[in-house]
Amino acid sequence: MRVIPTSVRPSSEAFRQRHKAMSALVDTLEAALAEARAGGGPKYIDRHHARGKLVARERIELLLDPDSHFLELMPLAGHGVRGVGTGAGVIGGVGIVEGVECLITASESTLKGGAINEYGLRKSLRLAEIGKANRLPSIHLTESAGADLPNQSKIFVPGGQSFRDITRASAAGVPSVCVVFGNATAGGAYIPGMSDYAVMVEDQAKVFLAGPPLVKMATGEVVDDESLGGAAMHSRVSGVSDYLARDERDAIRLARQIFGHIRWSKAGGPDLQHVEPPAYDPDELLGIASADIRVPFDQREVIARIVDGSRFAEFKAEFGTTLICGWAHLHGYLVGVLANNGILFSESAQKGAQFIQLCNQRGIPLLFLQNITGFMVGREYEQGGIIKHGAKLINAVSNSTVPLFTVMTGASYGAGNYGMAGRAYDPRFLFTWPNHRIAVMGPEQLAGVLDIVKRESAEKSGVPLDEKQLEMMKGVLKMQVEKESDAFYATANLWDDGIVDPRQTRDALGVALSAAATRPVEPTTAWGVFRH
Amino acid sequence: MEGVRPFKRLLVANRGEIARRIIRTAKRLGYETVAVYSEADRGAPHVSEADVAVLLGPAPAAESYLDVSRILRAAQISGADALHPGYGFLSENADFARRCVEAGLVFVGPTADTIERMGSKIAAKALMIEHGVPVVPGFHEPGADDARIRAEALALGMPVLLKASAGGGGKGMRVVRAADQLDAAISGARREALSAFADDALLVERYVESPRHIEVQIFGDAHGGLVHLFERECSIQRRHQKIVEESPAPNLAPAVRDAILAAGLRAGRALGYRSAGTVEFVVAPDGAFYFLEVNTRLQVEHPVTEMVTGLDLVALQLAVAEGEPLPFEQQELTSRGHAIECRLYAEDPARDYLPMAGPVLDFTVPAGEGVRVDTGVETGSEVSVHYDPMLAKIITHGATRDEAARRMRRTLARTSVLGLPTNREFLLWLLDDPAWRAGRCTTHFLVERQACYPAEAPESSAQHAAIVATLHRAAERAARRALLPGLPVAWRNNRWRDAQTQWTVFEPWLSSQTEISASYRLLAPGHAKVEVDAAPLDVRFGPLEGRQRWVEIGGLRRVYRIVESLDGIWVFDGRWARRLTEVSPFPAVEATEDLGGCVAPMPGKVLRVLVSATDTVEAGQAVAIVEAMKMEHTLTAPARSVVTAVLVSEGDQVASGAPLVLLEPAVDAETQGSDG
Repeated sequence: MRVIPTSVRPSSEAFRQRHKAMSALVDTLEAALAEARAGGGPKYIDRHHARGKLVARERIELLLDPDSHFLELMPLAGHGVRGVGTGAGVIGGVGIVEGVECLITASESTLKGGAINEYGLRKSLRLAEIGKANRLPSIHLTESAGADLPNQSKIFVPGGQSFRDITRASAAGVPSVCVVFGNATAGGAYIPGMSDYAVMVEDQAKVFLAGPPLVKMATGEVVDDESLGGAAMHSRVSGVSDYLARDERDAIRLARQIFGHIRWSKAGGPDLQHVEPPAYDPDELLGIASADIRVPFDQREVIARIVDGSRFAEFKAEFGTTLICGWAHLHGYLVGVLANNGILFSESAQKGAQFIQLCNQRGIPLLFLQNITGFMVGREYEQGGIIKHGAKLINAVSNSTVPLFTVMTGASYGAGNYGMAGRAYDPRFLFTWPNHRIAVMGPEQLAGVLDIVKRESAEKSGVPLDEKQLEMMKGVLKMQVEKESDAFYATANLWDDGIVDPRQTRDALGVALSAAATRPVEPTTAWGVFRH
Repeated sequence: MEGVRPFKRLLVANRGEIARRIIRTAKRLGYETVAVYSEADRGAPHVSEADVAVLLGPAPAAESYLDVSRILRAAQISGADALHPGYGFLSENADFARRCVEAGLVFVGPTADTIERMGSKIAAKALMIEHGVPVVPGFHEPGADDARIRAEALALGMPVLLKASAGGGGKGMRVVRAADQLDAAISGARREALSAFADDALLVERYVESPRHIEVQIFGDAHGGLVHLFERECSIQRRHQKIVEESPAPNLAPAVRDAILAAGLRAGRALGYRSAGTVEFVVAPDGAFYFLEVNTRLQVEHPVTEMVTGLDLVALQLAVAEGEPLPFEQQELTSRGHAIECRLYAEDPARDYLPMAGPVLDFTVPAGEGVRVDTGVETGSEVSVHYDPMLAKIITHGATRDEAARRMRRTLARTSVLGLPTNREFLLWLLDDPAWRAGRCTTHFLVERQACYPAEAPESSAQHAAIVATLHRAAERAARRALLPGLPVAWRNNRWRDAQTQWTVFEPWLSSQTEISASYRLLAPGHAKVEVDAAPLDVRFGPLEGRQRWVEIGGLRRVYRIVESLDGIWVFDGRWARRLTEVSPFPAVEATEDLGGCVAPMPGKVLRVLVSATDTVEAGQAVAIVEAMKMEHTLTAPARSVVTAVLVSEGDQVASGAPLVLLEPAVDAETQGSDG
């Protein structure tokens, strides 16, 4: 494979302007991540430490193999949502424990006692989905006050899935470990209850269907919480716990010990001889991508800063040029890359569909680099069958059996989102850049469409148009769409698996590819009907 | 000429550096060589360096290197026709020398008769007086009463030394510096002598204040030829054993030197001395000197003489043993420049030079001009509890004493001996002492100056060692990664804090441990940010080359030697060697039982077991005695306890850390009673 040539000039004014604007967005990202790291804040962290307890991030760091990686997922879930807190009370990600790449989730017990809110539940369910899709063994580090009672209506019904997912994973032969550091009450009790291995920390873990107050209300029995659900009781009497840990560190040691004998191996792995850093500095991505999505950029420059050695074997380079297709290695994993380099035309969609078919036939994972404002519109294009050609692309994406990975590097508008493996198309991992925008269409276009529709309707009904009111409506809509298509809004609402600093794209994708390689890649040649 | 004749095959009845050194010369001169070894020495370098080697027997010296009949049988099996005894072991055993001759072997050394005559201190002294060699004036008459002793002491002049006739070990010994203290000292010494030896007989001799130990190397042939090879100063001693020797003796008046050398020759002539020998003197500050003893063998410190004279003493010994005359006259011999020898021991100077045993994980001495290294160990050797723990002798030569000392300091500082405590740092400290630098040391030097040891290493060097260990481990882990080896180490997309590691740092020269925590982040291969005690440092490091890795810490670049061992990682920075053990972030799996003082402190032999099961022992009561490296270690109960089990018997060999006796806290009988 040949090295992609570059025309990036870091000394140019345009590069510096973009770099500055993107850096500001990266700073915003870092500030938001800092909020996620702060958990419940210094007061609650100090209180936690004063009780001799470790905070969730300490538990995770101790659990991970020394110097190994951790890809935190959805760290900004619930960011900016009133009453939720950045991270939504759950920390989750992919890391290595005793050499086993696995899914780790931990209750952020300094934040409202680790109580489960709607966003936290959705995050947990998405984490479980990632675990299931990639066959990742899981470790739950549990300490939760239980459901956030005032909001129970939003979580009770879907919440049952958490427990279903654990046991289905077990049935599928994927092991799970639950370490209980504190409360795990009612539904929470089923996390250790459903897990393959349960570890409880002596004098700390309290696991029961109902705590002493509820027991007293229900049956009149007066009982202390230790004999009702203490770690020692569960380890010696009920058998709900398999391991009684002396303290938190001992519990983490035990979880590691368990992973040392689960006899786990990945189905696939990288071709290490291809591993080499990109030939160009990934820092230049900040001067390549544009904070203003109306300004296009060459995705080849992005690919050149993500893939091994910047080497890329392009497919159909002279055809349907607004969609770049080709093969590259990323941390040694062979991937088929599809990257938007402009609006999708019929040719680009056809080319993409063919490329996806080829990769599925060969069992090669697909990487989508989105920067798409949509399919081309207009009479010429409709008559040219842009719908049926776009449908081919969506058909191919939908029926792919190889793992899909999506990075939203700019715009993600309209059906382009679908054709390029948006969330609804089940990519194994979906990351975004902080400059990214996502909506059915851009705010300007939406306002413009509203303007036209209102004028047409006024004309039809004969009612004179209130220009002032229309301007106001357009302003409100623009503001709302502007806000709702923002990358931080999107990630807070769990539309993706996290915003990454563009410079970390390669490494985040490396972990994602490695995680996905746990499950065998299944080729396919079965597709929906293509309309030719 | 009795006992000398040409021979072909030389058996070296020794081990360690001296066996290697003799084999080296013998091979160079064309002799066939035979080594002997005990079971503990199967892998020792001297065994593989000889042409043939014969197994003597088990590890204890009494059953191997000290067993006359086994050595003679080894000579017979191997067809050796000559034997070099080296030093120590049987080298000064007249009976052995005699039996060698009877067995038809050429004994490379003096005659059995010479050895025998010098073996008796009283006879030796009498012979020396007869031949005009000064001895320490004194008076010894078994029945002498207090008044007689007092009168003789006054006649000798103050200060005097009172000693128990039957004595030893300092008991009943008194230095008296003024006449009016004599009476009290005499009665005190008698009392002590009586209680220690059941004999209150005393002897009195002149006490030499601030003595120096100076010895004369003599060499004779079987034809009456005799020369001296100048003197050696050996005043630096610990536990009556030399550790630093040099030649010529510094600050010695030429007239005194000449007189000592002449006395050495007179002593040799009195004995008709053949082969290499050493006449030892004690020298007073005023230049007066007195005969101590004759060592009828090659000395440990003979290389300093070789360095200044350019001779090979072993080659000379072999020639003389073949019956050849000395190839030179006294006036042809000159002493050139200055030579110093330091003995590198596996021992702990901070714990009264407690001998150490264990594996030598790394052993490198840098070569250099004017540097000679005679070593018995190499990387991978095991220092056994059964033998002298000397690892090597480092000898430097220079045009001047300062040059030789400079070379010694540089060589010792860069000598890497990892795996067990040694006296390396102690020697370096000693060589920096102003009194030694000025060449004004007496045999009391170490006793007087001991309190000033240990030298303090700069605190930063321990921190740097922790940084090196941390990054070395991280780099090794990174190189072994099976998943995503191209990912930055400890990659995070939301970094909470840098990786942390904690080390227990063992500084062998202090016999002490400290804790150092480091947090670190590898920014790129060979580049890290490290924080020790809240001070962030930029660190760069190179790949591991053999056992070395360069590390640049805050702009200071050094080459470190790094060796992993079972109990941690040894880091040598070119001056200080430390062992660092990573503190696990997790609690130990098993609770450790407190076995108190009933665990063998080092490998050794159980000499006595003083308790039996069900005995109740008081806190501090002796429960067992372990002998290791010729020293006795008494193990005591940590608290009032009951012996629940005795795990060893007298004579057992035990490993370091082996439990000997199990104790349980004693339950008070009354408390027990009130229960029912």
